[in-house]
Amino acid sequence: MITGFRRVIKAGFVGFWRNAYVSLASIFVLTIALFVIGATMFLNQLLETSLATIQSKVDINVYFVPDAPDEEIQRILAAVEALPDVASVTFTSREDALLRYQEKNQDDKISLQALDELDENPLGANIAVQTNETSQYEGVALFLENQREQEQPQVQVIDEVNYAQNKDSIDTLTNIINATERASLIIMGILLLASVLITFNTIRLAIYTSREEIAIMRLVGASNMFIRGPFMLQGIMYGFISGVLTMLLFYPLLVWLGPRTEAFFEMNLFDYYIVNFGEIFGVLIGVGIVLGLVSSTFAVARYLRT
Amino acid sequence: MIYFDNVSKVYSDGRSAALQEVTFQVAPKEFVSIVGHSGAGKTTLLKMIIAEDKPSQGQVFFESLDIHRIPKTKLPSYRRKIGTIFQDFKLLPHKTAYENVAFAMEANGRTDAEIAENVPHALSLVDLDDKAWNFPSELSGGEKQRVAIARAIVNQPDIIIADEPTGNLDPIATYEVVQILRKINDLGTTVIMTTHNKGVIDEIERRVITMDGGRIVRDDTTGKYVL
Repeated sequence: MITGFRRVIKAGFVGFWRNAYVSLASIFVLTIALFVIGATMFLNQLLETSLATIQSKVDINVYFVPDAPDEEIQRILAAVEALPDVASVTFTSREDALLRYQEKNQDDKISLQALDELDENPLGANIAVQTNETSQYEGVALFLENQREQEQPQVQVIDEVNYAQNKDSIDTLTNIINATERASLIIMGILLLASVLITFNTIRLAIYTSREEIAIMRLVGASNMFIRGPFMLQGIMYGFISGVLTMLLFYPLLVWLGPRTEAFFEMNLFDYYIVNFGEIFGVLIGVGIVLGLVSSTFAVARYLRT
Repeated sequence: MIYFDNVSKVYSDGRSAALQEVTFQVAPKEFVSIVGHSGAGKTTLLKMIIAEDKPSQGQVFFESLDIHRIPKTKLPSYRRKIGTIFQDFKLLPHKTAYENVAFAMEANGRTDAEIAENVPHALSLVDLDDKAWNFPSELSGGEKQRVAIARAIVNQPDIIIADEPTGNLDPIATYEVVQILRKINDLGTTVIMTTHNKGVIDEIERRVITMDGGRIVRDDTTGKYVL
């Protein structure tokens, strides 16, 4: 058993070397396939990050009236925070709102003068609400509107909820995000399928050149596993070497591309590659080995049927 | 040792028959030559013995074993009892002469020690000690066939099946191959060989079965080539 295993391993390595051209062609194609898969992973990451960045810039603001009682504000704040869809709530007090206004308008002397004329701070506190998904804003806005309607006229607390003004842009953004995610999923699926099929066919062709040998081995009385073993090992070797090659290919590409993606997508792909090196390496080699192994096992099986 | 019982082989078109009601027997240590025109059914006959082809009718026995009832998983171990030699040598192109012979032993699960001992022995029996590390593409036709013979005998099979072993060889190589086969037979191995070559038959002077149109038409104990 152990002797048989050792012989299969040896035959696999020797076969790999003596069929160098066939091995080279298989590795070449498998590397391209893995490159496509890796590029898909990077693109997906880029897309996800940039969508998340855009999403994080969208929020709903609730403006309170200037003389709103603190406990009412706290009550609404707690109620909003308790909503399951809400990701974060940022509270800005009246004083902070004033400071921010002054900062924002520091070049606008007239506005500042007008502010000084007033005895007291005309600005109310406000909260900014962010949800997990852009599609959830509608529900949160509805909740806030209900809150406002329930209030008695004499103790009105919420001055304005700005969802209505933002609704169109939020809806558009939601559509764009959904469409982008769907399109990228389809494109990735097609690319993955194509690279798998091309790899499978290449390895099938590589083994087709060995069909005579397989027939001879059977005539000599070799068991199926003894014939199949070296081909399976070669499939694994193709996958492993291709995985390493693909990682090497990505390095200079991402050194060049990293700063450019940072400028546009606010994400440096090269940093992502370095931080997640182990994971990406594992996925690429894993996919390569599985592809190589499965392809060669299927391809040989064809010639082992009686 | 080999027993054909009323064996027929009809191809799927239902009309052409490769074998028709063939019955004969081969005793241990015999040297049987099968002669006949192309298409007479010689090769089909040999394929039946190594379970490469199935009869449409009748049975083929190896000792008491019905060859075509051997389960698929047991076929490799059955085939290891038989040494096969072909007109086109059927050597593994990416293996050296030594490795080709050793492969048959590896497939048989022999130990490294046995391989190291028996392979050089088999190669020297066919007089190829000095070509052991050459690849098939570096050998002449006669040398390739001798490698194939070494591979066939290295597991000490009960029987050697040779399908036109001299078909691609020049007269001198033919003579050498026939001498080797006779030597193997003298050492106690049954040999069944098909051939076209009248000279080979006359040289061997053993049993000759003559086939025509899928039937056995002659069976002479000390053969002549009559067609």
